Amino acid sequence: MDNLLSIVTFIPAGAAAVMALLMRGEDEAAQRNAKWLALMATSLTFLVSLGIYTQFDPANTGFQFVEERDWIFGLQYKMGVDGISVLFVMLTTFVMPLTILASWNVATRVKEYMIAFLLLETLMLGVFMALDLVLFYVFFEAGLIPMFLIIGIWGGKDRIYASFKFFLYTFLGSVLMLVAMVAMYVDAKSTDIEFLLTHTFASNSFDVLGIHVIGGMQTLMFLAFFASFAVKMPMWPVHTWLPDAHVQAPTAGSVVLAAILLKMGGYGFLRFSLPMFPVGADVMTDLILWMSAIAVVYTSLVAMVQEDMKKLIAYSSVAHMGFVTMGIFAVNQQGVDGAIFQMLSHGFISAALFLCVGVIYDRMHTRDINAYGGLVIRMPAYALVFMFFTMGNVGLPGTSGFVGEFLTLMGAFQKNTWVAAVAASGVIFSACYALWLYRRVVFGDLIKGSLKTIQDMDARERFIFAPLVVMTILLGVYPSLVTDIISPSTEALIANFNQSLAAADTSAAVQTASH
Amino acid sequence: MIQADLSVVLPEIILALYAMAALLGAVYTGKDKLASALIWSTSGLMVALAIWIGTSGSGANTAFGGMFVDDGFARFAKVVILLAAAAVLVMGQEYMSRRGMLRFEYPILVALSAVGMMMMVSAGDLMSLYMGLELQSLALYVVASMRRDSIKSTEAGLKYFVLGALSSGLLLYGASLVYGFAGTTKFAGIIQVAQHGEVSIGLLFGLVLLISGLGFKVSAVPFHMWTPDVYEGAPTPVTAFFASAPKVAAMGLFARVMHDAFGHAVSDWSQVVAVLSVLSMFVGAVAAIGQRDIKRLMAYSSIAHMGYALMGLAAGTVLGIEAMLVYMAIYVSMNIGTFAFILMLQKDGQPITNIGALNQYSRREPGKALAVLILMFSLAGVPPMLGFFGKLYVLRAAYEADLAWLAIAGVVASVIGAFYYLRIVYFMYFGEEGEDLDRTSSPVLWAFLMGSAAVMILGIINMFGVDGVAAAAAAALVN
Repeated sequence: MDNLLSIVTFIPAGAAAVMALLMRGEDEAAQRNAKWLALMATSLTFLVSLGIYTQFDPANTGFQFVEERDWIFGLQYKMGVDGISVLFVMLTTFVMPLTILASWNVATRVKEYMIAFLLLETLMLGVFMALDLVLFYVFFEAGLIPMFLIIGIWGGKDRIYASFKFFLYTFLGSVLMLVAMVAMYVDAKSTDIEFLLTHTFASNSFDVLGIHVIGGMQTLMFLAFFASFAVKMPMWPVHTWLPDAHVQAPTAGSVVLAAILLKMGGYGFLRFSLPMFPVGADVMTDLILWMSAIAVVYTSLVAMVQEDMKKLIAYSSVAHMGFVTMGIFAVNQQGVDGAIFQMLSHGFISAALFLCVGVIYDRMHTRDINAYGGLVIRMPAYALVFMFFTMGNVGLPGTSGFVGEFLTLMGAFQKNTWVAAVAASGVIFSACYALWLYRRVVFGDLIKGSLKTIQDMDARERFIFAPLVVMTILLGVYPSLVTDIISPSTEALIANFNQSLAAADTSAAVQTASH
Repeated sequence: MIQADLSVVLPEIILALYAMAALLGAVYTGKDKLASALIWSTSGLMVALAIWIGTSGSGANTAFGGMFVDDGFARFAKVVILLAAAAVLVMGQEYMSRRGMLRFEYPILVALSAVGMMMMVSAGDLMSLYMGLELQSLALYVVASMRRDSIKSTEAGLKYFVLGALSSGLLLYGASLVYGFAGTTKFAGIIQVAQHGEVSIGLLFGLVLLISGLGFKVSAVPFHMWTPDVYEGAPTPVTAFFASAPKVAAMGLFARVMHDAFGHAVSDWSQVVAVLSVLSMFVGAVAAIGQRDIKRLMAYSSIAHMGYALMGLAAGTVLGIEAMLVYMAIYVSMNIGTFAFILMLQKDGQPITNIGALNQYSRREPGKALAVLILMFSLAGVPPMLGFFGKLYVLRAAYEADLAWLAIAGVVASVIGAFYYLRIVYFMYFGEEGEDLDRTSSPVLWAFLMGSAAVMILGIINMFGVDGVAAAAAAALVN
């Protein structure tokens, strides 16, 4: 099948269209149908996407399953995956059925809810597969619309503020990227990502408004893309939308946000920033490494004092994304591999943690840490699962969290020892806040009257956690499952990066010599 | 000779004759009882003319010694103008008849102003430019004050008239200066004189005054003050009309004067237009934030959108004109849908324009709310809606013309502007339970709303081929 990627991408959208156009009513039966249709569509997407996984050839560092069609304005509808993106596609299709299952108890506007999630899945898959700048931007930005509605309609008390902040913050970051994309289009006369990866953008320095810009055009473009991806990631200090969005979003919304949407930033760095603007990236590397180290330490400290469980996990996500940016901008094999690994691992672990919060939130309708305590007495199975993912979050060896943190730290150590040293302290902080959270919620005496009748997880909830537990252990003890697929592509990426840097250096040297 | 001339202006003549015949016929027979029939026949004729113009014409023909130009650009603008005017006429029919505002003069005046607009985009001479402009404006002044018993409507008409007269004065003064320094009123003659680098100071003054006059007509900042008041005061169907066809005509005229008469002095006017563009985008975005009245809000929205269209014009290139034409076509189709929605809003039979009344609209009317959601995101320029591609197009044109600062300003303004479009979505989807609006069932309005939303989604597949036609039209204008 030569349009496998399009099929995978548009199955959820097709299901959403069926729901929107053919299903009527708000009664019990209609709600049940909507849920089952959504579950079947996302499961089918996962099953079909397994075809991509099994047929993917890791040795080939180019794009595979490429589809190409002409589109408006001389743009192209071009899709394809390589070693960097294929696992993100798998992560998305894997997590989505679980989020649908996790939303089984949604009571208001079930049909619209499912439509929003199905559309979101299509748009997220599109982001990881798009091989045309504008197509990428369309998927990247359009994802804001369903997420805006998910937070705004099904969110918590301050959902309006959170949804507007989420939308406008990320929108502002992205429009600057749009201008840079237009600039790339004008410069290279093409929006084909595959072609742009081989194109060299001008890197001779010039002055903008009296400021000397080292790396010239490449640095400006890098900064414009950085504005978008750093907000999406999110990096310190533009992370403040994330805790708000997480806290107000419904459980499934938080899961998607943490597991997949945040990864778009990291993916963007690897797809655009590093390979297309190597000189610009090189100029900014030190700054970004330090920003990452600050993010790890600062947000870990902030996480420690949170009273709201979701907010705590949200800040911990920012800290973990700090490891990711650190690994990416170390630009060496361990760093980049580790960053991708960390993103995948965080996709499973943070999703599971938000689901853990969801389990007790569904029962008690509060996320306040002080409202809990001693849950282990009534909910032993829950305590076990929560313990497992807390350990994963801390980065215990044997879980996938360890591999990601270790590799990124190793990569950063080779690039900048001090950054690695500072970030390593974040590992300790993460143990502090995660274990302290666990102690306050699960251990201690069960003194709160309202908790005396709380029920342990039911079959549906156990079923949701099972695959996440399996993946976390599997990746923890057998990381080559991932690294075998990504390494050839990242190796090529880093080789190209160093090569373009060397070439830029020589051309700069020639220029200065000729002056 | 005269026969050849007349054959070029045949569509305009047909429409003008039709308007006069309809006027006479209606006066002597049924008067207002004929109004509904006249609306349908007028828009039917407009659609027929649009199809005829769109399919038959070819090449560039001039008539009356170059005073009237019929080229690809004019034809593109005319098709958009006629279709928009026809759509808006049909949309307003029910609204007006229910409120006893439906007079037989309304469709006739709209037809006459359409003749004026067709003249405008075909003008090849300062004289024909002014004729077309005034024919259009005079008809619009009257329809703005259609509700004679409403203070707001008459105020809107008067305001529009006074400020419109002022702008016409500016434009005439500019035209006289241009004539004085160029020695001719023909664009073809002016362009010979206004060569790059040797535009005399008098000609430059004339150019700036012309731009000011045209700026009034497209409601570009700082000549925008009339827009919110007129939009608010005029009856909603008339507002819908103001927001669509006349904007296309004024933009088309703007482009024609700039390129046909001053095409060799791009750098002289491009900076002025760029400033108008950036001001319009920001004022339109910021001033709309505080608006509670959806008609005023749409007024500021149209100001902002004109800013983006002007960005294409400011580029001063073929691509810029192409972008502007595509942008205007998309803008008009979005606006028709949005105004179809505004026309539907009523409570106890009274029209409602406060956006607070939209609370939880999505619960009662999920289909319509979804369509409005799509339109709002399209107006905000969020992909994947068609509105985004319009913006992308003008951004690219501006960037290629070394106006990167304008492109950056434009995207920043679009983020500010996104706020108030989102707020409408917020009321519809997140708002608190409010009092119910009337459940109106108007198949015509429903069809326009849904059609417009569908265009915004389906258009991204191939834009219905509009981009190719716009490219040809732009190439016809810019040599």
